[in-house]
Amino acid sequence: MEREPVLKFEHIDAYYGSIQVLYDINFEVYPGELVCLLGGNASGKSTTLKTILGVCKIKNGSIYLKGERVNGKPTKEIIERGVAIVPENRRIFPKMTVLENLELGAYLRTDKEAVKREIENIFDLFPILRKRANQMGVTLSGGEQQMLAMGRALLSRPEILLMDEPSMGLSPMLVDQQFEIIQEVNRRGTTIFMVEQNASMALSIADRGYVLQTGSIVLHDTAQALLENEMMKKAYLGGQDGEDEEDEI
Amino acid sequence: MDLFLKELPQQLVNGLTLGGVYALIAIGYTMVYGILGMLNFAHGEIYMIGGFTGWWVLHLLSRNHHVVMNAAAVIALMIIIAMGVSAFVGVLTERFAYRPLRNAPRINLLLSALGVSIFLQNLVLNYQGAKARVFYVHSLIPESVRLIHLGPVVITLTRLIVIVVTFFLMALLSVMIKRTKAGKAMRATAQDLEMATFVGIDVDRIIVLVFIIGSALGGAAGTLVGLLFTQVDYYVGFQAGLKGFTAAVLGGIGSIPGAMLGGVLLGVAESLAVTFLPAAYKDVVAFAILIIILIIKPTGLVGERVPEKV
Repeated sequence: MEREPVLKFEHIDAYYGSIQVLYDINFEVYPGELVCLLGGNASGKSTTLKTILGVCKIKNGSIYLKGERVNGKPTKEIIERGVAIVPENRRIFPKMTVLENLELGAYLRTDKEAVKREIENIFDLFPILRKRANQMGVTLSGGEQQMLAMGRALLSRPEILLMDEPSMGLSPMLVDQQFEIIQEVNRRGTTIFMVEQNASMALSIADRGYVLQTGSIVLHDTAQALLENEMMKKAYLGGQDGEDEEDEI
Repeated sequence: MDLFLKELPQQLVNGLTLGGVYALIAIGYTMVYGILGMLNFAHGEIYMIGGFTGWWVLHLLSRNHHVVMNAAAVIALMIIIAMGVSAFVGVLTERFAYRPLRNAPRINLLLSALGVSIFLQNLVLNYQGAKARVFYVHSLIPESVRLIHLGPVVITLTRLIVIVVTFFLMALLSVMIKRTKAGKAMRATAQDLEMATFVGIDVDRIIVLVFIIGSALGGAAGTLVGLLFTQVDYYVGFQAGLKGFTAAVLGGIGSIPGAMLGGVLLGVAESLAVTFLPAAYKDVVAFAILIIILIIKPTGLVGERVPEKV
């Protein structure tokens, strides 16, 4: 199956000032896949996303989006090439209504009619958002904000959807709901690259996973294989099934 | 008390005139602060340049203190050209004095703004001299319509023009911010600049747009005050800038409706104060309000806090 990856990292080294944060990172995400990047605090997960978005500068290596090298391109151009993000802590525009937040997701699109239809689709997927359509973003609960952030990202019709710590700051019940949503969105055809600390949860819905440790990828395999991997069980999966390891600092 | 009640409607009208102008100036401060988190101390000079531009247009269209064309058209041209020139100068300051410092500490931006302020003041001083330029308003507005009686209130036509133009411009801005795509992008950028780039907003262009709008409104205010007080000099921007800034803080800096409210309230407060106190206390009242607001409600009346940027 010779397909072109939507996103590909090739020997990436990235720095914060003079401190190296990523060492020779290689991975790829194929169309339709749900791939997760796992790792503890300060392992370089967020930096990886920032390098994709052009926020964090790269010293060596190449990033490809659908086969085109995009190193050093400004953020706006990366977004125009079909990258969307559900950022850590969701970052809803607080003083704008739910509807306006969704419209902003489609900021670069000019097909107004289709956008309107897709906003309706988002409302069908998350009926609570329809009820809150004219409420300010700041009035939403954490779970509702997560839905809104997801809807906003989907409205750009992304080639690849980046998710930064989707479980962060949500109650365990909402985490379950959140991962069901991610799985559903992926099943409907959106390619997803997810960064997550909650390894067992992420692997339960992902196709494949990469494990990042202090800036290097130490392991990568199918989600199933990672769930059964001895080292993963010890370091990230907290021994028993379903038990989540808290952040080791 | 009788005197107060008799004077009240008149002072309210006077206050609305002044307040509308303060509001126009305050909008420029508040929009720039909302996005860049900086106080643009050069904004008063943008206002001053608007005043001079208005005077210059009037001067060019006058022969022997008589305008050469329809007076309404002259006033419209004065305001529109002043807005254009001020917007242009505002964009230049952003491009050359602020944008290169976007990632520098805030204090550097502040100092740069002070530098621009002094630079523009002295540029105009060298070019125009220190003498005030006089607007020959009576060439624009004939004696017969100079005063309008509305019940207990006497209003000069100039004041009426100022009120109508300021509130028209504010209404226009409100609609633009609320309804248009650019307006939504401006609000989004003010609320979370990085997230705005993540949905594809070109933040640099939004910042330029903010300087265009803020400076144009400041320039309009400069010409309107020139019509009202019939003169302009190189130093008028200092006082007007402080008043606009006070109005912005009073309303809640960063909030556009706040700037409008703060401006109008400040203008009315000043006008009411001079009915009781000698006129020289006008500024004392204005800045006493600023200090009191900073102490008891630092976020201002509307108090729209931009969320902490990560």
